[in-house]
Amino acid sequence: MTLMLRDITVRRQGRALLDQVAMTVAPGEFVAVIGPNGAGKSTLMRVAAGLLAPCEGYVEIDGRGIGTCSPRELAAQRAMLTQDQSLEARFSVGELARFGVAERHGAGARERLNLLVDQTLGEVGLASFAERDVTTLSGGERQRAHLARVLVQLRWRSEKGYLLLDEPVSAQDIARQRLILSLARAHSGKGGACLAILHDLNWAAAFADRIVVLDQGRVYASGPADRVITSRMLSDVFGLSDTVLGHHGETGRPFLLPHDLILPGSS
Amino acid sequence: MSVSRLPIVPAFTLLSLALVASVLLSLASGATGFGIHPGGVDNPAVSRLIVLGIRLPRIVLAVLVGAGLGAAGAVMQGLFRNPLADPGLIGVSSGAALGATVMIVEGVIWFGPGVMARWGIPAGGMLGACVMTGILQRFSTRQGRVSTSRLVLAGVALGALASAATGILLYRANDAALRDLTFWTMGSLAGVRWQEIEILAPFTLSSLVLLMALARPLNLLLLGEENAALMGCRVGRVKFLCLVAVTLSVGPAVAFSGVIGFVGVIVPHLVRLASGPDHRFLIPGSALLGALLLVLSDTLARLIAIPSDVPVGIITAGLGAPIFIWLLMRRGDQDIPA
Repeated sequence: MTLMLRDITVRRQGRALLDQVAMTVAPGEFVAVIGPNGAGKSTLMRVAAGLLAPCEGYVEIDGRGIGTCSPRELAAQRAMLTQDQSLEARFSVGELARFGVAERHGAGARERLNLLVDQTLGEVGLASFAERDVTTLSGGERQRAHLARVLVQLRWRSEKGYLLLDEPVSAQDIARQRLILSLARAHSGKGGACLAILHDLNWAAAFADRIVVLDQGRVYASGPADRVITSRMLSDVFGLSDTVLGHHGETGRPFLLPHDLILPGSS
Repeated sequence: MSVSRLPIVPAFTLLSLALVASVLLSLASGATGFGIHPGGVDNPAVSRLIVLGIRLPRIVLAVLVGAGLGAAGAVMQGLFRNPLADPGLIGVSSGAALGATVMIVEGVIWFGPGVMARWGIPAGGMLGACVMTGILQRFSTRQGRVSTSRLVLAGVALGALASAATGILLYRANDAALRDLTFWTMGSLAGVRWQEIEILAPFTLSSLVLLMALARPLNLLLLGEENAALMGCRVGRVKFLCLVAVTLSVGPAVAFSGVIGFVGVIVPHLVRLASGPDHRFLIPGSALLGALLLVLSDTLARLIAIPSDVPVGIITAGLGAPIFIWLLMRRGDQDIPA
């Protein structure tokens, strides 16, 4: 029962966006993907979700080739928060969250769906927003409304399933960043699995079981935070040669302080 | 800001009653007089002919064409995620008009007069609408996102091209079956007979059934093609079926009534204002309001300059354009949602 990517290669106009990328996400795991802009993170996510067929390699979801699953079957197994949150239609936040359940459902199920939507909106911090017009929300509120829709999609069938998040905290303040990552973490804790693209290395180090570093379409490193987030990686992948890494006293997880980046002479 | 919606059941009941009332009003009014005995009480046969043979088929045509254009407009706006996507504005109707004229001019040579009268002209209209919608879909979609500027510019250009081609055909041919340019560019419901209704009705009704079946997937498509696919929508199939449904509805309608503008763009916007963007209500609501609007417009077209018959497109543009401007001003600097 895993989401497995085997030797994925994606080429566009002769350029390899992904080159022989292999990775797995197992139930209970929170895997973070980090890497510089243009490293192929979003492409990797779209391949993992079954949106994009790779030129070489294959994706298996719970033992089945992802290409053999129908869109509806896949929708029950995995959900993905994309960066496309442009919705100009004037739906309410509650209606948007309900779209997570696309198929028809009977009157008995409606009550259950209402409960699920209310609960999920509460969890993403939009409890009082159910009637609000989506087009009048702030960017961060809108992102959380879409996250609620994605969570409803996954939870409608089971508490498990693969939660794919493409920069889920890009529009959030620091408290909401923690809220969302905690939700993702909790989803993994209940037997689901989460794969998230993150730009903040500190959040990745604090929350992820495993970190995959993607650079120019290849996996540079993969493993627990303390083995992956190193001065060498920061230098090789991000071109930051003068950072100082600390390690948390209790967890041993690494962190880096932004002001190390502007202090001269520290290395 | 919270969303505000009219309660669906009372609103739809009211709309249906208004449609029935407008049909009765239209049935009772015309150039030969008001009431149910327009030929004179002493001549029931003439009255009967006027009401049942002339006015009624024309009203039924207005209902079918109005419902078809309204629903097709609603679906195209959802499909293209663009408030301007109206069969008339982005050239789909012009494509249908070109297809129909080509069939009228050339079809008799290709298929003989018998087949032509029944199926050739609506088939030509459908072909024209289908080709135009297909080209626009190809041209305006880039990686699952619709480019508004590409859609509108390409639609306007291709529509003008199709109208020009129609014009050339009209001036070269001297065919009595071929109505004049005013009919094709402004639309008219005049002179329709029951046999034409018999041909048109199955197309419009099957299109409406198909459009209704697409309501849920169209809601998902409003979130973008990738998001819709992630939620289990077969995007390619839904887009293809939308193309089929719009073709079924617009092609034959244009073949029998010319290009009637603004119904497809105004009607869905008004319905959206009242009952929100959910296609499960938007599509039937647009069909009902489209029928109502066209029946009233055509009644006005018949009465406004007795004894002549004004092209109904003039009335719909006269009513529709100010509403459109009002919608734009009302929204201020915000975009109008699809």
